[in-house]
Amino acid sequence: MYKYDDFDHAIVNARVDEFRDQVARRVAGELSEDAFKPLRLMNGLYLQLHAYMLRVAIPYGTLSADQLRMLAHIARSYDKNYAHFTTRQNIQYNWIKLAEAPDLLADLARVEMQAIQTSGNCIRNITTDQFAGATAEEVADPRPYAELLRQYSTFHPEFSFLPRKFKIALTAAPHDRAAIKLHDIGLELYKNATGDIGWRVFVGGGMGRTPIIGKVLREFLPQAYFLGYIEAIMRVYNRYGRRDNIYKARIKILVHELGLEEFHRQVDAEWADIQKTFAEPPAVELERISAFFVNPTFETIATPVAIYDDARKTNPAFDHWVERNVCAHKQQGYSIVTISLKAVGEIPGDASADQMDTIAALADQYSFSDVRVTHEQNLVLPHVRQIDLFALWEKLKDIGLASDNVGLASDIIACPGMDYCSLANARSIPIAQDIAKRLAPIERSTGELKIKISGCINACGHHHAGHIGILGVDKKGEENYQLSLGGSAAEDTTLSTILGPGFDADGVVNAVEKIVACFNTIKRDNERFLDTYRRVGTAPFKEAVYG
Amino acid sequence: MANPSIERRGAEEKLHLANNSYHLRFRSDAKLGWAYVPDDAQMTGGDAITVSLSRFQEALTRNDITHLGVRILPGEDVRLLQPYLARISLVELAFPTFRDGRNYSSARILREQLSYTGEIRAIGQVLADQLFFMVRCGIDALDLDPSVTHAAADAALSRFKYVYQAAGDARRPVWDARLSS
Repeated sequence: MYKYDDFDHAIVNARVDEFRDQVARRVAGELSEDAFKPLRLMNGLYLQLHAYMLRVAIPYGTLSADQLRMLAHIARSYDKNYAHFTTRQNIQYNWIKLAEAPDLLADLARVEMQAIQTSGNCIRNITTDQFAGATAEEVADPRPYAELLRQYSTFHPEFSFLPRKFKIALTAAPHDRAAIKLHDIGLELYKNATGDIGWRVFVGGGMGRTPIIGKVLREFLPQAYFLGYIEAIMRVYNRYGRRDNIYKARIKILVHELGLEEFHRQVDAEWADIQKTFAEPPAVELERISAFFVNPTFETIATPVAIYDDARKTNPAFDHWVERNVCAHKQQGYSIVTISLKAVGEIPGDASADQMDTIAALADQYSFSDVRVTHEQNLVLPHVRQIDLFALWEKLKDIGLASDNVGLASDIIACPGMDYCSLANARSIPIAQDIAKRLAPIERSTGELKIKISGCINACGHHHAGHIGILGVDKKGEENYQLSLGGSAAEDTTLSTILGPGFDADGVVNAVEKIVACFNTIKRDNERFLDTYRRVGTAPFKEAVYG
Repeated sequence: MANPSIERRGAEEKLHLANNSYHLRFRSDAKLGWAYVPDDAQMTGGDAITVSLSRFQEALTRNDITHLGVRILPGEDVRLLQPYLARISLVELAFPTFRDGRNYSSARILREQLSYTGEIRAIGQVLADQLFFMVRCGIDALDLDPSVTHAAADAALSRFKYVYQAAGDARRPVWDARLSS
């Protein structure tokens, strides 16, 4: 993975010093909360319902084992022994004391991590495919480009006071695990008909109160123009994005109001100008970065691996885990392992300090010290020998992390909701816990089912992209939950459709159970829930819930 | 690292602290006593006169203004100034609130695309934590918000020795510095 050089260290350390100075002035009373707020937000520090929350960036969801150990240390030293992995591949600490935040950032900086631009109206953490560098599907590793973008966007002088926050996601595989069409800019690296590799550029996607699927702004952008073209988009947005209404300030509204054709024309005009002066980093810089992402030294392994196959045949529990949590690797004899952070009854995306330490040790032992975070709030060990899978599984069982539910009903995305978040209208966590308990017994036979829960209209829990989406709202002082069906964040992106009137907390859990029961009676063969829904529409589900 | 300091491309870049304790200027040319003519006031001539974009054409027709400045509000298009840049000695970029970042783009367009070399001054809510970004975009005079002390401004402007991007100032991005490190 990428290693800081002296330049990177100097920049991050300067930021830590700056923040220490700001906090000292705030603690001494020289800065009011009003004056301090925009400063702390530039460092990912939010004031939530009960305490300060710090969001730490995990650039493109890639962690070393040492970094994960530091995240565990921070959970122990500055928080209550746990933390929360988010849908943007970041991690959040919920109980931070303001006066300790600068020391926390200094600890992070020691392992080349930071909280820069994890909030505020700027370019946020760049996200990508958690299987990058491990899947045979990709045409190239997207992480060097994500790192180029990280550096380009860090303290960007022109784009630090945008109309609103700005999220960029990349993938280099046709199977989209990064939800690129639901980002302000989505970038898909692919090989065109003439064999050249370049970017398909999507713009104006997003969730929130106005969900929109990103549109293709450029069908093929040669790699040589990567940053200059993004700069053109950013400049048009910075100049013309709406600033009169916070709810209409995202780029998706600008694209919608101008129309794609006119937006495209403006970007092209800006791009033509930018190309006259813009200097892309030279090829040697991309090569320098790419050198950090070369394959680890894989062994040559003959397949099939008999011990692994035998273990699957003789141990059904292990076999079930492999079936759901283990994916094909580009290297023969290796696999990609997803560690579910969705144990039934637990909080989706939460991990304890002890669990993080154990996963770090397992990464050292089995996966070249490499760990990934997924936007579905799970962790990944990207390079595990198949011969080691059984031992790994047993060790995961010991710490309660061997849930065999990836992609199933209890693998729920949920935002922190009203248990933590000052924006929330309703709780998300207990709904996720109740649904997981209710559906776990039938989830294997039900098959792939993505349930996503947001505690307010801002949609951090991706309810618009859930096969079953749940949105918590405030209805005359009571928590109320709206159900919607048919969303997808994958390459077949769709937005979910509201099913009907909302429910209270118990009611929505019952309704989800009825929907799943209905699905299990009408599905054909091994049809996924999403495909059944697309085939039959809402009618049978409405009847099952409201009839 | 062979060369720990980023070289400045512009040899003339110097920090000049003006007498006014709330004004910073990074130029070595003559500092003029600019007067802004509000839109509802009678246009006057003078040595150094600044007008709004809406009165800019009117000011251009006068031969009793020696040095002409123009004030650009957020949302106004600096590209409209292109034909007249030789006649302009000052562009004031307004930041009525620090959250409104449109004029950062204006500064870069002036410097990098229109090759404007005259003074660009930030006015309005010019706070300590914005100064670094402003100067990086090519703004070379700052009317500091009264809350900003010189010490705070100095600290903000000298904090980051290295930068990741080329922009409207003379600083080399680290990818360029890496080539010679």
